[in-house]
Amino acid sequence: MTALQHVSLGAHYVVHLPRPDDFAFWRERARQLIQCDVPPDRVSWAEPGGTGDLFAYEGPSRGEKRLPVPDTGAPEVRASKRFMRLARNVSVHSDPERFSLLYRTLWRLQSRPGMMQDSADTDVRRIEELDKEVRRDAHKMHAFVRFREVEDEGGEHYVAWFEPDHHIVRREAGFFMRRFANMHWSILTPRGCIHWDGTTMRESPPARREDAPAGDPVEALWKSYYVSIFNPARLKVGAMLSEMPKKYWKNMPEAELIPDLIAGAQAREAGMVAAGGRKVREVPSSLEEIEAGIIACRDCPIAECRTQAVMGEGAVGAYLMIVGEQPGDQEDLVGKPFVGPAGQLLDEYLAGVGIDRGATYVTNAVKHFKFVARGKRRIHQTPQAKEIDICRFWLEAERKVVVPRVVLALGASAARALLGRTVSLAKERGRPVPLDDGSELWITAHPSYLLRLDGEARAAQEELFARDLAAVKARTEVLA
Amino acid sequence: MSQKSLRQRLEILADAAKYDASCASSGTAKKNSLGGKGVGSTEGMGICHAYAPDGRCISLLKILLTNHCIFDCHYCINRKSSNTPRAKFTPQEVADLTINFYKRNYIEGLFLSSGIIKNSNHTMEQLMETARILREEYDFRGYIHLKTIPEADPELIEQAGMYADRVSINVELPTRAGLTKLAPDKDEVEIEGALAKTKSRIIQAKDERKRFRHAPRFAPAGQSTQMIVGADDANDAAIVGRASGLYNQFGLRRVYYSAFSPIPDASAVLPLKRPPLMREHRLYQSDWLIRFYGFAANDVADATEDDGNLPLDIDPKLAWALKFRGQFPVDVNRASKEQLLRVPGLGTTAVGRILKARRYRRLRLEDVGRLTQSIAKVRPFLVAADWRPTRLTDRADLRSMLAPKSEQLELF
Repeated sequence: MTALQHVSLGAHYVVHLPRPDDFAFWRERARQLIQCDVPPDRVSWAEPGGTGDLFAYEGPSRGEKRLPVPDTGAPEVRASKRFMRLARNVSVHSDPERFSLLYRTLWRLQSRPGMMQDSADTDVRRIEELDKEVRRDAHKMHAFVRFREVEDEGGEHYVAWFEPDHHIVRREAGFFMRRFANMHWSILTPRGCIHWDGTTMRESPPARREDAPAGDPVEALWKSYYVSIFNPARLKVGAMLSEMPKKYWKNMPEAELIPDLIAGAQAREAGMVAAGGRKVREVPSSLEEIEAGIIACRDCPIAECRTQAVMGEGAVGAYLMIVGEQPGDQEDLVGKPFVGPAGQLLDEYLAGVGIDRGATYVTNAVKHFKFVARGKRRIHQTPQAKEIDICRFWLEAERKVVVPRVVLALGASAARALLGRTVSLAKERGRPVPLDDGSELWITAHPSYLLRLDGEARAAQEELFARDLAAVKARTEVLA
Repeated sequence: MSQKSLRQRLEILADAAKYDASCASSGTAKKNSLGGKGVGSTEGMGICHAYAPDGRCISLLKILLTNHCIFDCHYCINRKSSNTPRAKFTPQEVADLTINFYKRNYIEGLFLSSGIIKNSNHTMEQLMETARILREEYDFRGYIHLKTIPEADPELIEQAGMYADRVSINVELPTRAGLTKLAPDKDEVEIEGALAKTKSRIIQAKDERKRFRHAPRFAPAGQSTQMIVGADDANDAAIVGRASGLYNQFGLRRVYYSAFSPIPDASAVLPLKRPPLMREHRLYQSDWLIRFYGFAANDVADATEDDGNLPLDIDPKLAWALKFRGQFPVDVNRASKEQLLRVPGLGTTAVGRILKARRYRRLRLEDVGRLTQSIAKVRPFLVAADWRPTRLTDRADLRSMLAPKSEQLELF
């Protein structure tokens, strides 16, 4: 009986695969059929059971017509490397037509050896698509399997429940073996299960979700991590869904958090911005507008404990701007800067080096008095960096309006307000620091610091202070 | 102050790390745990184990060792003057957390960074100790990405490369002026010096391995860097130019862009508005054009609008094509690979398929449709066997035809 006779009789063959992922078996039969010249429309391929159980073996006998046996001289069947690579993947796809597609392509390949390069061909394109879906399913399995730890007689045992779309469980066993070689683990799926005990791989029939453990002690930590690493300021739900479709969510412990994270994102972002105290405000363009602005400003808590906001004093166009830290007790009551003891000391020194305070603009880094009440006394508190940074908005506005050539910062708080960074007084005093608008900044101590010192230390600091003021005087003359 | 629990500290230190864009775990040397005593494998392709609703992949356990910091960089939530809650892990705790997550298949490995505590060297030593515990005590063979501190001793950076798959040093801002203004404690010369040193060390290790099979690997997944976009006034042309310079100069695997996002307790020198997320996306697209599509930095600059920024409504490749219409349409059956790669809507895969398929047939528009995602976008720029766009390529309203339709508002 020769192959040709079968074909001429119009016989139809049904090949029963023992397992849905048995590529070697398909290859064997396909080679045999092509050698006997059986065209694709006379072969159908059947896989066991509707459930697609990977490990259930059903004999090839059921109703299968004996396949023709090729002549000894029948031509070799040839396939390109690319076909072999793709066919291995496509054979585990869950599409029931996959084996017919592969057989038809192999058949056509015999007369068109270069066909696999032609992606515009419908069959080749379909094979590429199925291959891609299988690789994606495998990749998602690598990514989304979640082990849960249980204690059993062998010690730690890691068990996962996973639902793949295609017959990939056996194919992917190697990945998990290489990765978790020294762990005792099992992956349970509705298509069959695999188990690794550190030395050998074992297979078992399909399992149900209930067979897998329900929880794991580390999951709470993982969920905390998932929530914290999410940046609510950037919500891109579509991007997440395209890579992690909802069908995977039910087996991923962190996924149950997603709806709440999305729902709460707006509020969390608003909270983040509010915590920063950032409000979009027009930059005022006159001293009157600035004054109205600081009186109304409640961006930081200092504003709540004052008598009044203290505006800078001086004229637009003053060549020198003197910046202190914040209003003190006296200033808060009077509403003018540098009228208390520190102000008097400053006046003395300014007069000493020949600077006319009336020709300067005097202001503070922070516009409100920060204190704690102790009995009847109000004790000065240094403003926090954050409060200085918030109030910086007003100081910058004053600089834009007044446009001084030289700015003198008294103390580290004032220097921070002007430079936006923490400043070391000892390192940076006594020399000019260029500012963005082309003016220059000089940094010196705050006069109230001098008031707190005695004896030699005071003498030394007073000398430095006087020297700084003299240098500033000299610069204003050069720049004027 | 009472000691915070592990979970509380994880929350603080993961939260603090979320502004780092990079999470890649790809492109390293192949290794697995067979024959070892621990867990871990890397097989070339990175794996994203989960995705957060911000669309970012979660591949690595991305945390800071501590968010205490002696630096005062304005865009950073962990700067010295910020009021953010602080926490600290020991190297042992981070190593244990990594292993516990890894064994449950939550992650590919660890991406460890840190605020600067005490000084740069001390910080770097702590990072190293974490990597050492993982590699030596646990025989961990998964992925490790270490952020190195540019100011630390070169010997420490050298050691980091021995343990880590990838090392990175952030250039932080695209311009020197931006760096001086917003990161006063950092220095461009120092950062670039460290990048250059790491590059030469990577090249040296590769060279040694060619001659001695067992020469130690040094950061087999290379080095990367990150820039913050929108915190200073650098425009897209400047950013892309800088990135392309960095790729060439330091052999970087990736330049990451992170759109400056409103951070709690932000400093007042920062802009008040955050840049649109789309800007970050357009920058990544142009990054792709440079790395895979044969575009040069000045091609991307040509595609920008008058203000030097890329248009937000259309992608940079389409923007370029609309500006250089004289180059189109190209004949899908004759054009060179370089020409096809410039066609908006054709990706590298589609171009590869076209080049192969046209050896077997003259492609018609229908064939091209099978090889690519969408035919509508490529049609005005292509000539096929049965298709010629005639006046389509020159139409004045081509841009509005191809730009995605703006979404119509719904009744509230």
